[in-house]
Amino acid sequence: MIALHVAAGCGGTGRELAPYADLTALAGFVTRTLTLDPRRGGRLRIAESRGGLVRAHQLQNPGVDRFLTAELPWLAQQGVATWASVAGSSPADIAAVVRRLATAPGLSGIELNLAVDDAASQRLHDGSTPRGAAEAVRAVLDILPDNLALHVKLGADVRRLPAVARAVAEVGCDALVIGGALPAALDNGTPAELSGPAVLPVALRAVRTVRAELPEFPLVGVGGVATAADVRAFGAAGAGAVQVGSALLHDPSALARITSELEEQS
Amino acid sequence: MTGQATAEVRVSERVGAFQHVTLAAPGVVETFRPGNFVSVALGSPGPGDAHLLRRSYWVHRVRASSTHGATVDLVVRPDGVGGQWLAGLPVGSPVDLVGPLGRPFAQPKEAVPCLLVGEGYAASALFPLAERLVERGCPVTFLLAGDTASEVIDGLDVRRSARAVTVVTADGSMGAQGSVAQALPGALQRSEASVVYAAGPTSTLHAVAGISEQHGAWSQVALEVPQPCGTGLCHGCIVPAVGEDAIAHRVRACAEGPVFRGDRIQWGLL
Repeated sequence: MIALHVAAGCGGTGRELAPYADLTALAGFVTRTLTLDPRRGGRLRIAESRGGLVRAHQLQNPGVDRFLTAELPWLAQQGVATWASVAGSSPADIAAVVRRLATAPGLSGIELNLAVDDAASQRLHDGSTPRGAAEAVRAVLDILPDNLALHVKLGADVRRLPAVARAVAEVGCDALVIGGALPAALDNGTPAELSGPAVLPVALRAVRTVRAELPEFPLVGVGGVATAADVRAFGAAGAGAVQVGSALLHDPSALARITSELEEQS
Repeated sequence: MTGQATAEVRVSERVGAFQHVTLAAPGVVETFRPGNFVSVALGSPGPGDAHLLRRSYWVHRVRASSTHGATVDLVVRPDGVGGQWLAGLPVGSPVDLVGPLGRPFAQPKEAVPCLLVGEGYAASALFPLAERLVERGCPVTFLLAGDTASEVIDGLDVRRSARAVTVVTADGSMGAQGSVAQALPGALQRSEASVVYAAGPTSTLHAVAGISEQHGAWSQVALEVPQPCGTGLCHGCIVPAVGEDAIAHRVRACAEGPVFRGDRIQWGLL
């Protein structure tokens, strides 16, 4: 059966998901993206579109230090396979976040978030080019302890993906996370990201594109998964694991439902 | 314990401007505490793709057992996509319900006088609280408000248990003409309340927090901001609030709230 993860930014701090899902049975719980310093984000944040959600989270997060004191201990105590999603303004800034996480007990791995639309306006390192992505991955690998795995999230831009995926694979990581939210805007023009069932076909195309470029490399698919059929579609496209994200916002029990659907039909 | 269940509409009736909807919700309401809310998914239960955000509703009343089993009463303003949908559901319709959610009202340890300030449909959140406070021996005074008479939630049970009920409406169609901010100083003096509980529009809650503090009363406000998921997962209902550590944090209205101490919220940033 294909392993299921909770996608970044869709599982709260983990505690809020626990009443609806067996977190210890998950292959991975990915945190919302953490930066070195807290980020406040904007006011208007999430709207519905037909078949999708439009989110302007602007990487709102409490900063890595508060995550370490307020959120990770509970996840570790429960035995949840926790992946910290990280981003930063430069390779050195990303490395500083990872260095803080590296000695924390209870973490399974790092998900380096390079799938950020318009990195410059968000004061983030631009990982959308082969060179920019490779620099960031190298900075993380230089300091990553052996006990932590590294996933690199690359997004769904199929024109850039083959070259960027190859560059990252050559530097080295344990898996690429492919797909996810697409650049969008709220009605008032605020830059945002579109997620939900609307983006699933785009994510499937992205996974197939990377699979064609890197026939053997481990891939994690993400984007619009709401049913067992969606999970199998990602498997058919070449993903060995799948992340469930915004489906949880609509139905917090979605993981349990998808798991039982997969078991029934396997 | 919070849970998710397929509830069923048992009663739905228009009272004034609002639709009062009673849902049979076994397993979801038994652990309810005043100030908790419930979250509803639009459409038929299951993987929907029409409306992906949930809607949160205050709880007007909970009955552990009635002729309909365990039920929860919601007061729905029948506008917007969610409100129209829920208010229009026929009896017997299934509803994907999650609850109880959020931090409840903190109740005083001693039997002190309490003032409950509610405006519009949100006042419904105060009715289960009033019941509990009266049980604990707290003298309860109500200040209810609305734009017009049809938006004031009233109830015989409240009139029976409360020491006094003051009503103000913007158009003067019920009670005195005026706003919560205008009526609150007098209500605070008459009730001698040391704790003020409030539910209503943000501007009203802001006024309640400020006026209560001026009069030396604690305030607890049930904050209503749009909640994309209601369950704490999406971090989309962020409220700037000062924590127990005296440091300003960005917290979630649904998970760290919706009830906050009025003096903890950074109203200017909200």
